[in-house]
Amino acid sequence: MGLAIELEKGGVPTVAVHTNVFARLAKSVARVNGMPNTRQAFVPQPVVGRSPSELREYIEGDDPVSGRRFIQEVLEGLTAPLDEEDQKGVSFDRTRPRLLEPATEEELHELFLRERWTDMLPIVLPTEERVEAMLKGTSRSPDEIVGRLRPTMFREFWEFNVEKVAVNAVMAGARPEYLPVILALASTGQTARSSSTTSFATIAMVNGPIRHEIGMNWGTGAFGPYNHANATIGRAYGLLSQNLQGGSVPGETYMGSQGNSYSYSACFAENEERSPWTPFHTAHGFDAEQSAVSAFMGGWYTEYGTIRDDTWADRFRLQLRAVDPFTGPLLALDPLAANKLVEQGFDTRESLQEWLAENSLRTARELWDNQWMQTLLRPRALLGEEPYASYLNVDPDQMVQTFQPEDIHPVVVGGETGGTYKMIGGMLRGNIASVDDWR
Amino acid sequence: MTKIQVHDPRGFPPKVTGKPLAPRLQTLDGKRVYLVDCLFDNSAVFIEQLKDWFAEHLPAVDTPVITPKESWVEDPEMCAKIIRDGDAAILGVGL
Repeated sequence: MGLAIELEKGGVPTVAVHTNVFARLAKSVARVNGMPNTRQAFVPQPVVGRSPSELREYIEGDDPVSGRRFIQEVLEGLTAPLDEEDQKGVSFDRTRPRLLEPATEEELHELFLRERWTDMLPIVLPTEERVEAMLKGTSRSPDEIVGRLRPTMFREFWEFNVEKVAVNAVMAGARPEYLPVILALASTGQTARSSSTTSFATIAMVNGPIRHEIGMNWGTGAFGPYNHANATIGRAYGLLSQNLQGGSVPGETYMGSQGNSYSYSACFAENEERSPWTPFHTAHGFDAEQSAVSAFMGGWYTEYGTIRDDTWADRFRLQLRAVDPFTGPLLALDPLAANKLVEQGFDTRESLQEWLAENSLRTARELWDNQWMQTLLRPRALLGEEPYASYLNVDPDQMVQTFQPEDIHPVVVGGETGGTYKMIGGMLRGNIASVDDWR
Repeated sequence: MTKIQVHDPRGFPPKVTGKPLAPRLQTLDGKRVYLVDCLFDNSAVFIEQLKDWFAEHLPAVDTPVITPKESWVEDPEMCAKIIRDGDAAILGVGL
């Protein structure tokens, strides 16, 4: 949609073709770009996996949104005369008061639910008193701009300040002392409510002294609903993402086909005390005495395992071959599992990253037979980006390395009740922020 | 029932400024209509079929296929080329 608008601004009449499930989204994007009548034509979903003859039928068939012939929509979109609104677009200002109209608590809960400002679970109403109390968790000014968020590329950015983050933290049930972590997550610019059709979630991990100060859980049940800070920080990250980016509404600002359970709340702390390796954040420019939070994008696959002397290597190889090749894993190891790997010779996190990368093998055919490898990485491979450029011309049955060491993130979490691990889709992409900056 | 006042939880959306559509063409005959393959999975096949349709039904329309350097990344050079050399554009599928 963004390109269509740029071309129209450049004087080039344009028709953007989408599949029908994106109709509401495409029209919404056109409107907030001030060009609501951007010409659009729709074909049935899906395009992926359809043969040339089937796609030809789409072109010669009906537009499933308008009910008219698809090709008629295209040709008239380029040639039919413009009306008055086409020639002006629409302008509007969405500035709103800080406070909502007074209402009873019951009415406000209904309003928040109806407007989709919640995660469909009960929230704490953000009264002025509660927000003021929350703001005591940071020295930053309520008016200070924290950052911008958007549901996905080519959508508009919405801006937000410290107070808006505090409002959403109150709604999630968080305590003021958690606010620096929540602000740090907000400052990454990484939404926890991505609109990607892949349904990815964002998983947060906290390192450093703040874990102790706010009583986080990095031991037994750290990923589960057993700790107030873990639960409400993760929930606050989700709520602030959807409300501060302009929504997360299925069919409009959320297109994840299946959704993701990690989106309810996914926040834990690293078990630095029982880890055989240095804390995760120290590999990313922080000192151990500093506190930081990392936001891993993914969560669309989760593999499980234990480290058995005779089979751990084969298990890892199989799992690394099975997972989505576009997304390197967050490898969350219980301390028992991490220490078993130390016994196998991995005395540093980096040595394990290197072994896992070298053993993340699959055939070139398997690597490229993936929608996101085709859509996002193949164009870069064609531009010469290695190692993917080299993978384009190899025998389809040749084994190629899927991940690079920096794509794989071993961390330690768990209470040592079992030597288990989870291999979770988790891209970091530099989204690690200082918590101390937001105290 | 007691009424209370609470904060609006939403962020600050940008102001929207109206933008006009480009003037439409009276005819496509003799014009160059860029077919932009947005690089989504299988969009190249769709664009190729669209090009074939034009060749069969409207052969007087020039329909070169053009692609951005990367999917999901703005390509100002491609955009400038279409504006400079093209009369119209069809984008497919999804960008």
